[in-house]
Amino acid sequence: MTIRIWEGKADGTRSGPMGSGGCASRPGVTRRSFLRGATGALGGMAALVAALRPLKDLPQDALPSLDQFLQKHYKEMSASDMDRALARIRADVEDRFGVTPNLRDVRPMEGVQFAYALNLSRCIGCRRCVHACVGENNQSRSPEIQYIRVLEMPRGTIDLDQGNHHYERARVPDAEHYYLPVQCHQCANPPCTKVCPVEATWKEPDGIVVVDYDWCIGCRYCEAACPYWARRFNFAEPQIPRDKLNPDMSYLSNRPRPRGVMEKCHFCLHRTREGRMPACLEACPVGARKFGNVLDPESEVSQILKTKRVFVLKEEVGTLPRFFYYFDERYPRAIEAEPTGPGAPEIGLPGSASGAGA
Amino acid sequence: MKDYLVFLARCFRLSFVGDRLYYGWMFLLSVVVLLGINAYAKQFVVGLAATGMTDQVSWGFYIANFTYLVGMAAAAVMLVIPVYVYKNHSLHDLVVFGELFAVAAIIMALLFVTADLGRPDRFHHLLLRFHFPVSMLTWDVIVLNGYLVLNLHICGYLIYCAYRRRAPSRLFYIPFVFIAIVWAISIHTVTAFLYAGLGGRPFWNSAVIAPRFLASAFAAGPAFLILTLQIIAKNTGYVVSHRALMTLRNIVTVAMTINVFLLGCEAFTEFYTQSAHVASAQYLFFGLEGRHGLVPWIWTAIGLNLVAMLILYVPASRRLPWLSAACAMLIVGVWIEKGMGLIVPAFIPTPLGEVVEYTPTLNEVLVTSGIWAFGLLVYTIFVRVTVPVLTGRLTIDGPIADDGADASADTAPGHGVWGAESEVLG
Repeated sequence: MTIRIWEGKADGTRSGPMGSGGCASRPGVTRRSFLRGATGALGGMAALVAALRPLKDLPQDALPSLDQFLQKHYKEMSASDMDRALARIRADVEDRFGVTPNLRDVRPMEGVQFAYALNLSRCIGCRRCVHACVGENNQSRSPEIQYIRVLEMPRGTIDLDQGNHHYERARVPDAEHYYLPVQCHQCANPPCTKVCPVEATWKEPDGIVVVDYDWCIGCRYCEAACPYWARRFNFAEPQIPRDKLNPDMSYLSNRPRPRGVMEKCHFCLHRTREGRMPACLEACPVGARKFGNVLDPESEVSQILKTKRVFVLKEEVGTLPRFFYYFDERYPRAIEAEPTGPGAPEIGLPGSASGAGA
Repeated sequence: MKDYLVFLARCFRLSFVGDRLYYGWMFLLSVVVLLGINAYAKQFVVGLAATGMTDQVSWGFYIANFTYLVGMAAAAVMLVIPVYVYKNHSLHDLVVFGELFAVAAIIMALLFVTADLGRPDRFHHLLLRFHFPVSMLTWDVIVLNGYLVLNLHICGYLIYCAYRRRAPSRLFYIPFVFIAIVWAISIHTVTAFLYAGLGGRPFWNSAVIAPRFLASAFAAGPAFLILTLQIIAKNTGYVVSHRALMTLRNIVTVAMTINVFLLGCEAFTEFYTQSAHVASAQYLFFGLEGRHGLVPWIWTAIGLNLVAMLILYVPASRRLPWLSAACAMLIVGVWIEKGMGLIVPAFIPTPLGEVVEYTPTLNEVLVTSGIWAFGLLVYTIFVRVTVPVLTGRLTIDGPIADDGADASADTAPGHGVWGAESEVLG
């Protein structure tokens, strides 16, 4: 009977390939059908094994160890869970880089809300902040990952579409432009944390938005949600030269990241939560960057929010950034040099101090 | 229970039996599936760097196909509503095929999301810390899996009843049919909200996205079924009435008209206002800063959609070759418009105004083809075992001799007679 189906029906009724269910359900096993079935099954298995051959190049650490697999979400870890996770990461760093890192889990300080202010009149677009950030935060050199993007903007607009991301100049600043560095704005109403399906990214009590690199599943929904293009994804295994590793690191900030997860600026929390300044601020040669605790009325950022005409990017999307921009009351130096420069008074003073409500 | 296992075993065995055409088709699909597995293995080794995606365009071909397939799955409801709400019984016997296709489409959609994950090894984190109800993605996980289970239950129950030669108990499936109707609309609405809820992406941040999703799905889904039902009729002898196809034609025509109208609304708002939001639409339709990657694609899609719509409007489309041509155009047109045409432009320019284009890599295309082939393989097997059951050729009492017509009529009233398709088709 089986053979009859295989060869088509002889009785003249119109029937197609899928119609003759009746016989198939009770196939007589003949030598021929058995051999055919066995050959098919073997061939199929062989083809599947061949298709999976690329997996033999899988790096040893690509699959999670049992410890990693069972590791809990950051917020659910007990002190001993954290110790175990830190020990594992420490051993991994020693193994890969030959140094013992000063790795810890730095928690937020009480009564602190961080804010950043950036003086656009001073920024000269030298990108030293970008390089300092890459070094401090152990960002991948290949493929390149950078948290800070500096836009070269034509005078007279804050329309980001008109910025040049890839300016190459022998000397900066250029007299026709001003420079707008953008990094994570650590929004008070962050759209990125809202969309994460596994809560691998969240806002800490001191206002910093962090990522648990061991929890992220790599769906990149947060990257789509961010209005400031502040998030970066590890599309490939991040590469850091052995001698370039910064061994001063913490769990939620600059420890080496695995492939396939998100990362972003975290206001150098391993420094700032211990009273130091972010690396980008220390690297700035013109003092354009200011950082501090907005809850302390004497802090420099508090003073700036009070006295300068600060604004935030894309205020209309309702993200409430804690990264503020401002221009000095005086005109930028480049314009002072050529006092006839047209349109200078219009530059970047559209906002009142409305953003300061945060 | 034992009967059920025997049923499954018989279905399994049946899926390996067929004529040369069946074997050829299954062999072809298996080869494409294996190529897809091979490509995914490569991606698993090097990471998502194997795709054309970047930090600038962080979602691409996978998510585009995912979106399209969620729509196809939702479209099964367009067969169910006429039957169970409007008592239009010309489609009654075809509902099962629509729902089986929904199952296959959901399986494909879930595979596409999985292929897009950077850390598939951490999939279980979804179960351990489910960010519900805040993240729309968690809603999507619930509605997609729920819809899969609902449809598996409804068609599984109906088919098993036919196999047992029992009339299905209405209590066991009618309530689920109505839940599934609402649920189908929810899967596509929730998927649209994934995108529409992002304030930082003006191209998506529009209330018309969800209605547009539904309209295009209700056009492309039934169009796909018009084609597959003809193939089923031709190859199995299962009777598909001309009236049923014409009902589907009406649904496709109306849905497509609404879809084109909504696209026009979107285009008007963008281009007449000429606000800063227009940049993405500008890139999609005309190119931006000298980059035109999607322009030929979207105009092909618009051309296909309009021609398909015109064919559907004129009486010629009552004839099956014209109807099939229109459906084929529409399926491709909507695939471009709702897939790449909807996902990729939202990333161009980036929120900081950088224009970086995206082209899928060969590896990405192979993974995508593999998932499509797997879905078609699953659907073919579903149809392969369902047709003999529904026509009474495969029942619990054992196989009936395969010579003919008499066996089917009494067990499955309303299902046609073996080999009678020439009267109703063509």
